[in-house]
Amino acid sequence: MSSWIPLWLHRLGSPPTFYRFAGALRPWMLALALLLGAIALYGGLVLAPPDYQQGDDYRIIFVHVPSAWMALFIYAVMAVASFIALVWRIKLAEVVAMESAPIGAAFTLITLVTGSLWGIRMWGTWWTWDARLTSELVLLFLYLGVLGLYHAFEDRRQGARAAAFLALIGIINVPIVHFSVNWWNTLHQGSTVRLLGPSSMSDAMIWPLLTMMVATKCYYLASLFARARTDLLALESGKEWVRQIAITEGRA
Amino acid sequence: MSDFFAMGGYAAYVWPSYAVFLLVLLADAIAPTMRRRRLLRELRARIARQAARHNRDGASPTAPERP
Amino acid sequence: MSRAPLSRACAAVLRRDLTLAWRRRGDIAMPVLYALIVTTLFPFALGPDNALLQRIAGGAVLVTVLLAMLLALDGMFRSDIEDGSLEQLVLAPQPLALMLGMKILAHWLTTALPLIVIAPVLASMLQLPAAIMPVMLLALVLSTPMLSLLGAVLVALTAGTRRSGMLLALMLLPLCVPVVIFAAGAISAAQQGLPWVAPIAWLGAALALTLVLAPLACAVALRIALDA
Repeated sequence: MSSWIPLWLHRLGSPPTFYRFAGALRPWMLALALLLGAIALYGGLVLAPPDYQQGDDYRIIFVHVPSAWMALFIYAVMAVASFIALVWRIKLAEVVAMESAPIGAAFTLITLVTGSLWGIRMWGTWWTWDARLTSELVLLFLYLGVLGLYHAFEDRRQGARAAAFLALIGIINVPIVHFSVNWWNTLHQGSTVRLLGPSSMSDAMIWPLLTMMVATKCYYLASLFARARTDLLALESGKEWVRQIAITEGRA
Repeated sequence: MSDFFAMGGYAAYVWPSYAVFLLVLLADAIAPTMRRRRLLRELRARIARQAARHNRDGASPTAPERP
Repeated sequence: MSRAPLSRACAAVLRRDLTLAWRRRGDIAMPVLYALIVTTLFPFALGPDNALLQRIAGGAVLVTVLLAMLLALDGMFRSDIEDGSLEQLVLAPQPLALMLGMKILAHWLTTALPLIVIAPVLASMLQLPAAIMPVMLLALVLSTPMLSLLGAVLVALTAGTRRSGMLLALMLLPLCVPVVIFAAGAISAAQQGLPWVAPIAWLGAALALTLVLAPLACAVALRIALDA
């Protein structure tokens, strides 16, 4: 293996080491996520003033925008992990890629629902073929496709590699879909109203938004660590270190 | 306070949004814990079965002789 | 190494698949019948108002063709996996991507080409003006190979799984969205008298790219899926 990879990164690729590392780090990430989230919610719901045009309705952006950002960010992480998994066949990369998918799908779902709720007032209907909502829907299908393919295989590692390949194909598709949906919207002009943000983003609105962005990132890490640990237990269930954990936790 | 909950008349949009956000992430947080418990429970059962089988067979009669 | 063996290998694969398909030529009729039936459903669902049908004709024909191809895609590699000949192909010295390209070509010839042939019938049943037919045919000729190619990659990925057609549809839809948008957009633009060459050009460029990359991706996918 390449010598530019530091030893600690090498060690981290070993399942029992990562299990302990993730187990130690997760409570901190979760605590940080909850703390920052609470601060962001307070700032967004209580402190920030109502918008000039949209009144209090705009407050949905404090959950909608971070979720939309995470949906894309997690897909990017999944694609990078997939690439590593396919090229170097590192077990941990497979686990990170596959366990990121449900979290990303969750954020995409939140984005779609909150976007619809926000749009009801703008468009008078809960769904419309706005460019961004449509692209989010396609992103959800991409996530579900990766998850579906992963679970269709008997052999989990083979399933992870196939789903990783699909994730890579998907990430090439995301910008293409965005581009074509935008073109499609301009072609069938007339009905589209862009999802406008607040008329101007004052500082009081920006800091809760940014805080929530950081909070959701911390949450993603916390959730990923939990899922990855469980998946490692499943993958390595024949190994001694897993049996030890099962026994000690049974006694506890 | 009731002004806060009314959200300027948009309560029906704002609060469900936050509820969806919290509930979906809560479900996402709980799922791995439940899976983990089930996994470890099954593993313990499997270990117990293997131990019982080993005790019942004594030194396994089908074990190859060591040269 | 002389070039002759490679082209002979390609021709052999193509001829084999076409012969096999010809032996089950009843199967070639199935997507065509399916498309015909689905097309007749539209007026039943939407009413016989010609003006309305005319507006949806291009898109409806495109979606119908897409669905018919989706049905036929599932069987692209199945019989070859079951009798082991696909693994033989993977082990053969010829470049796998090229061999798979020939298989995909055979599949397109036997599933998409009949659909393209009856597409004018379908479109005129939905009142598409005759002047728009050439644009529609061009859009179909450019978009259906992409559906075959992209579908082949996905079918290769699911090779050997307990497959469900729904999973294939779920995986294929996001990849098809741009193709459908540009193909239907071209037909719609032509109908409105707007310039339609731009989306057709995009389709052509995408097809060129897909022609080169998809067989390679298909080979990688097959190796992943068969590597048990």
